Amino acid sequence: MRETLSLIFMVIGCFFNLFGCIGLVRLPDVYNRLQASTKCVTLGTCCVLFGILISGPVNISFKAFLTIVFILISSPTVAHALSRASIKSGIKLWEKSVVNKMEEE
Amino acid sequence: MKKGILIILLFICWILLTTPIKSYEIDWQILIVGLVISIISGFIFGEGFTESPHKFFGIKRYLWAIAYIPVLIFWCIIANFDVAYRVLHPNLPIRPGIVKVKTRLRSKSGLTALANSITLTPGTMSVEIDPTGYLYIHWINVKTDDIEKVTELIVRRFEKILERIFE
Repeated sequence: MRETLSLIFMVIGCFFNLFGCIGLVRLPDVYNRLQASTKCVTLGTCCVLFGILISGPVNISFKAFLTIVFILISSPTVAHALSRASIKSGIKLWEKSVVNKMEEE
Repeated sequence: MKKGILIILLFICWILLTTPIKSYEIDWQILIVGLVISIISGFIFGEGFTESPHKFFGIKRYLWAIAYIPVLIFWCIIANFDVAYRVLHPNLPIRPGIVKVKTRLRSKSGLTALANSITLTPGTMSVEIDPTGYLYIHWINVKTDDIEKVTELIVRRFEKILERIFE
């Protein structure tokens, strides 16, 4: 039962990682790509790690739990740092973008 | 006091990473090494750790933090299905743009938690934080660019809980 559940979680996680990668290829500019890759890869990797958490022995479960916490903290921070660096270095938004409050001010 | 809190946190991390329990016996060597290392690094890095150590002693903050986890996971899952829909749709239904929102949070940790939560929720990603309480957010599907309405749509659902945790 536990094995099956952990396999299901791992497969879901792999699919979310796949969606993130497709988004990385299809979306137009750096900000949209960061959106897709950050969200999908964060939850996908956390799903895979959760599968490990419910199937593995105690010490591996603890490690997986700690890794989930660190990924949930660090991955959005990295996305924020990358997007802020792109704004500061003057990379333009996609030409069909609707509004840019940072340039208007 | 800052150093003490950091030492305790580091020691908990050490225990979770090494799990010094082998067949129901505690491995004292690993525990003592971890304690020594966390005391040393706590004394080195304790000064820059936190601004307001008294906030670590409110029990209610931890309860609200536990209540915050399911909210975050729920919005995270919604966000993933949202991204999957937009990415797999043949026409790419996106209207991206950068909008500005206002928040009531002021503490650094609160703003960080809010920015990270916004990045994990449907269609939004924090780009720049202004310490006076404004955030610039990249939105993949801009519905409005009015500050009040955007704040209502994006920030309010987290702010109420984060205020009780970090302020």
